[in-house]
Amino acid sequence: MMTSENVVALNDVALEAWTSMIREQFPILKNRVHDKNLVYLDNAATTQKPESVLDAMDHYYRHLNSNIHRGVHFLSERATEAYEGVREKTRSFLNAASTKEIVFTRGTTESINLVADSFGRAFVKSGDEVLITAMEHHSNIVPWQLLCERTGASLMVAPIDDRGEIIVEEYERLLNGRTRIVGLAHVSNALGTVNPVKHLISLAHRHRIPVLVDGAQAAPHLRINVRDLDCEFYALSAHKMYGPTGFGVLYGKQNVLEAMPPYQGGGDMIRSVTFEKTIFNDLPYKFEAGTPSIAEGIGFGAALDFLTGLDWNAVSTHEHHLLQAATDALSEISGVRIIGNAAEKAGVVSFVMDDVHPHDIGTILDQEGIAVRTGHHCAQPVMLRYGIPATVRASFAIYNTKEEIEALVRGISRVKEVFH
Amino acid sequence: MSDLRSLYQEIILEHNKNPRNFRKMPEASRILEGYNPLCGDHYTLYLKIIDDTIADISFEGSGCAISKASASVMTTLLKGKTKTEAEKIFETFHSLVTGELKDVSFETLGKLGAFGGVSEFPARVKCASLAWHTMHNALDAKTDLVSTE
Repeated sequence: MMTSENVVALNDVALEAWTSMIREQFPILKNRVHDKNLVYLDNAATTQKPESVLDAMDHYYRHLNSNIHRGVHFLSERATEAYEGVREKTRSFLNAASTKEIVFTRGTTESINLVADSFGRAFVKSGDEVLITAMEHHSNIVPWQLLCERTGASLMVAPIDDRGEIIVEEYERLLNGRTRIVGLAHVSNALGTVNPVKHLISLAHRHRIPVLVDGAQAAPHLRINVRDLDCEFYALSAHKMYGPTGFGVLYGKQNVLEAMPPYQGGGDMIRSVTFEKTIFNDLPYKFEAGTPSIAEGIGFGAALDFLTGLDWNAVSTHEHHLLQAATDALSEISGVRIIGNAAEKAGVVSFVMDDVHPHDIGTILDQEGIAVRTGHHCAQPVMLRYGIPATVRASFAIYNTKEEIEALVRGISRVKEVFH
Repeated sequence: MSDLRSLYQEIILEHNKNPRNFRKMPEASRILEGYNPLCGDHYTLYLKIIDDTIADISFEGSGCAISKASASVMTTLLKGKTKTEAEKIFETFHSLVTGELKDVSFETLGKLGAFGGVSEFPARVKCASLAWHTMHNALDAKTDLVSTE
């Protein structure tokens, strides 16, 4: 809860100053698109990057570039130190117990594939069940589907209601002795729903079922504490949290990761190799084959510094204001219907308009300099659930402003003009 | 403003609102689906071919204004045409929306001319071409789901 002191500290003027200070750090926001100011509202797809992230990656290539974990030379030692420093920052950011629990990947998708493959090979067999929810992104559906095809297990799906919330009773009913693992989104990318993951995890744990949380959409908006959530796995992508593309994290509880076989084979994940037998490396390196994306990792470290350096009271107040302002403004436009009205939402407003297809809306908004996502948002089952082919999705980040939401509303008026 | 109007020309908006030949055809000799997974445009195209001529053509489904108007205009242009004539019109349309057709007066293009603005919007070329690719594949007697992705 906000104290009265905080409310005073975060009046509109103070928030506006705070947002300007944030915007200053993102050079791309000064761009013009089709001769209009860029209004970037596609943050759930990827966020923009602050100077500090760009600088960190540039600095790495100019001054530190070398391969890590191998060389005894100066550059390699410095690069290794910088890269491994990011692991400690990640541990601290997630409040994990140990850096052994922080596996670096190419992103959320690879993190989930790693678990589906490795955990699946060790623990999932014919007749077992994997439970996901009806609001998952394709990346938290397809890896499990592939696992089920491989093993003969069944993919079970917990339904959502019209508001876009998981029906907890149904979810609970689907947890049983055959369930081997649960995969759920912390925040839905298509609807913005914030799921009660802590509760859902505790329900799974009553049956001793491990849980993977897809945190791709949560990480930029919420403080994440994996030990408090008590999840077995947490997956996230750097590029959705102001960091570079091609880099992500799989948090895994140490005892679970230790019980899992390697994912990919190659350099770095081994201790010794002969043609007869290979001894695998310790955690987390057992899951990290080959030279990683070093520059991206270091850029991610800078993104974590940026995030942890933020005034989170301001972040949540500002993002709440943006979401509220967008929801209110769009609700007032006749012919606009918001998809996803969960009690707890973060950063996303998905909507459709009578008689105008989202793709046409996207093109017209683009002409106004406004970047939104149109389509199924890699969540086709969610679209099917609502009986729509696609939505327009406006998604927010800390640098967005109320003026930009007004621009979105004006853009929708343009859509109406064109389609009278 | 002018840019948008070049894409959303009156003919396109009108065909989107009142698509022609928008119906099932139970007696069709070829039925093919066209699907663009990126934006969810999804149409079924019906062709009745008699002696190498498109005796009847219709479609149904849903998608954006560009894809729907394009399908509608296509059906009005191809009815009564031979397969060879239809392929020729398809070629003209394709080079028009991909911007390869330069210095052609809009009069000679007729209703096709309304899609001249599409080439300025690369993301929308696939929308405009979906029904046409479906038709092309249907004439080739390919029976699989047609996708422009």
